[in-house]
Amino acid sequence: MDATKPLIAPAPVSDKPQSWTLRVRQMIDRGLPIDHLLPDRQPYYVGSWVYVFGVVTIAALAWVIVSGVVLSFMGPQWWHDSGVGRFFNSLHYWSVQLFFIFMVLHLWGQYFMAGWRHGRAATWMIGVVIFGISILTAFTGYLSQQNFDAQFIALNAKDAMNGAGIGAFFNVLNFGQMYGLHVMLLPIGVTFLVVVHIVMVRMRGVVKPIDAEGTAR
Amino acid sequence: MDSPATYLHWGFILISVPNLLVIAGMLVLFAVALVAPFPHGAEADDGRH
Repeated sequence: MDATKPLIAPAPVSDKPQSWTLRVRQMIDRGLPIDHLLPDRQPYYVGSWVYVFGVVTIAALAWVIVSGVVLSFMGPQWWHDSGVGRFFNSLHYWSVQLFFIFMVLHLWGQYFMAGWRHGRAATWMIGVVIFGISILTAFTGYLSQQNFDAQFIALNAKDAMNGAGIGAFFNVLNFGQMYGLHVMLLPIGVTFLVVVHIVMVRMRGVVKPIDAEGTAR
Repeated sequence: MDSPATYLHWGFILISVPNLLVIAGMLVLFAVALVAPFPHGAEADDGRH
């Protein structure tokens, strides 16, 4: 062995970094610099209450999650029989109502300003998927109440599910399955996609008004 | 609160009064959001952030 030769070969000279962590870091730096992720200023056209509907939806979702965690920790007898439990039950219910109301208002706003323009189609489609999963989450929530309403809804909904051919996989009479979907899988899906949705909005910025077309993005 | 909701029926349209009120309220809120003045900060930015 030649003692004059180094034991470690020098890294090959290349424009593309060999380290995957470096490549990921550079990709994030290019696609989502920190001033885009946490901006302190917005374009002048964002000065409208229409742009507030999205963030109100997120605020409602935060209350849904907080109240839902408390309900799941304390259990059905608490949320039906105690005053504080009924308060949190109502908090969960009414924050869901606000979540849906403001999500639909956000949808109307984005529809009329064609929010999918200039490479924002994926952001729009993820919003559509969030809407769909949210409906499924609300439905399983109605089935998880542990009262006669939940039984009534389950008994009537089973025929629709069987008619659609999904009753064997999505059994609304199976409380464990509905409750598990409601408190675990579906909320994780909604929350994850909401985070992706927000990051994508931050990456591209808010879409310009239609009458400002032709100007730079 | 425990009694069934009143339903309105025109032809093929069947909707409960509470649902109709929620939709009407959303339409009003959307219209107000379009026309209500939005408080601006000291300076506005016309660039992308």
